[in-house]
Amino acid sequence: MSNFFTMLADPNMRWIFFGCMLLGLSSGVIGSFTYLRKQSLVGDTLAHAALPGICIAFMLTGVKSIGIFLIGATLAGIVATFGIGYITRHSRLKQDAALGIVLSSFFGLGIVLLTFIQHGDYGNQAGLDKFLFGQAAAMVGSDVMTMSVMSAFLVTICALLFKQFKLISFDPGFAKGLGYNVGLLEQLLMLLVVVAVVAGVQAVGVVLIAALLITPAVSARYWTNRLGTMIILSGAFGALSGALGTWISSSVSNLPTGPVTVLAATTVFVLSVLLGPERGLLAKRILQARVKRSFLKENEVLHTASGDRMKGETAG
Amino acid sequence: MSDFWILLTGSLVAACCGIVGVFLVLRKMAMIGDAISHSVMPGIVIAFLISGTRDSLVMMFAALLFGLLTTFLIGLFQRSGIQSDASIGVVFTALFAIGVILVSLFARQVHLDQDAILYGEIAFVHWNLWEVGGVSMGPKAVWLLGVTLIAIAAVIGLFYKQFKLCAFDPALAAAIGIPVALFHYMLMGLVSMATVSSFESVGAILVVGMLIIPASTSYLLTDRLGMMIALSIAVGVASTFAGYGASIILDASIAGCIVCAAGLLFVAAFLLSPSHGLISRRLRQRKLAAETTASGARAV
Repeated sequence: MSNFFTMLADPNMRWIFFGCMLLGLSSGVIGSFTYLRKQSLVGDTLAHAALPGICIAFMLTGVKSIGIFLIGATLAGIVATFGIGYITRHSRLKQDAALGIVLSSFFGLGIVLLTFIQHGDYGNQAGLDKFLFGQAAAMVGSDVMTMSVMSAFLVTICALLFKQFKLISFDPGFAKGLGYNVGLLEQLLMLLVVVAVVAGVQAVGVVLIAALLITPAVSARYWTNRLGTMIILSGAFGALSGALGTWISSSVSNLPTGPVTVLAATTVFVLSVLLGPERGLLAKRILQARVKRSFLKENEVLHTASGDRMKGETAG
Repeated sequence: MSDFWILLTGSLVAACCGIVGVFLVLRKMAMIGDAISHSVMPGIVIAFLISGTRDSLVMMFAALLFGLLTTFLIGLFQRSGIQSDASIGVVFTALFAIGVILVSLFARQVHLDQDAILYGEIAFVHWNLWEVGGVSMGPKAVWLLGVTLIAIAAVIGLFYKQFKLCAFDPALAAAIGIPVALFHYMLMGLVSMATVSSFESVGAILVVGMLIIPASTSYLLTDRLGMMIALSIAVGVASTFAGYGASIILDASIAGCIVCAAGLLFVAAFLLSPSHGLISRRLRQRKLAAETTASGARAV
């Protein structure tokens, strides 16, 4: 525990710590919507697809700035979303194959560009490979600032458009009937996923950021049936994972932040699977035992009751 | 000579992944292939740490175990009510994270680094030779992939009919008494084997590309299963050659270039395939429209 306070005593680490918490919070919130819309793996694909966008943005400008990466990753994300939709609509391949194709070819392109940058004559490229698995401790003040602003922006948008996102998550047809532009809202949600990916690229890395979009949301689903509660819980789980990930990875040398954050989220998930009310394994076992007991009891009562009547009849 | 070994390794990867990939695409389980290729990671690292060698058999066994564990966990969470894609996402990210952490913590012992996980080491394949009694027998990776390919071909060949039925109509397969679950796990075992043997050469994420892209490409070119498998291998081998050429010209990652080449071949098939391509379908639609209007005009 003592090194937790030493970490907080360092002002830069303190900012990184709160920045990662905010990142976990915002991706947990967005992830709830993508989970309910059955698009969890789309987040994974968009995360991988962001890599070539980021590389191209770097190659064109030669600057490592989140703002420029955001533009590159957004464009790559739009192309990837369009590609997935186009392949599923215009061929006999199903969505899973389309996701796999887009994911791996974009990531392949990203790796090619990354090695191209490494072998090529680009100054200032050090640290670009940290984007794969993330290294929160290597972030500087302005990066943390941008990440925090983007995360706050995501949460704000979700709060403002809560009603609309709720509608398109559960009943897009009804949303259309009410006159909402469903296509636009869906695109916006995808865009928010891309923003979350880019915000997390330095802290968690493109390979595992998808887990922050998926795992907290799935865990939260175990605890509640209400969307509002689920989103708050998912955000809280995400923030907790971000905090634990940053703390542990900064206290052990050579440990990337992304995997640690993901494992923290997975631990929360396992606890939710075991302990969640109604859906959790423990709750289910207890319910089963209770039903079994009441069934046996009822049987017994019936049995004795009918037994009594039989006795009565023979006596009569 | 190094060119020859690299091309041979790449082609063997393409063949192993191409065969099992076809069944993954047909059973709509492409993303499970993605999940397995990530989650064999901890198996490989744990095998390294326990055995202390890069002995391929131990690694193969550990990876097989983790591949089946992944399949089992995904199925378990699905049955407990989590959406299928979310359960895939939860399981593979967790296992992959464990693998990356193990590599980071024990990097010195296992001679693996984070780059090798992602890019693979196909460029160095001819340096890691297998020697028997002082006589060099060629690169280890080639032997490993060769044995894997024979195993995959043998299993698929023996149970071809069963795999075919499970791929197209699992309900019918179950009805006539084929143990569908057993074949499901068998396929997943083969996918894990293909993944782990390719892992060292092309890296975790690009294995996915070799599993899914060539199989999807051949799915757009033919309607026959046997033909689809053959085409899938052919597309994989073609992308290996094209990708290796491109990587020399661009001085970039070989594995990345191979997957990009596969992606380009997919786009070509998507547009130009004679039976299912975008252009040929458009032409057919136009012809049909013209015929309909012509016959309509005649009728009037």
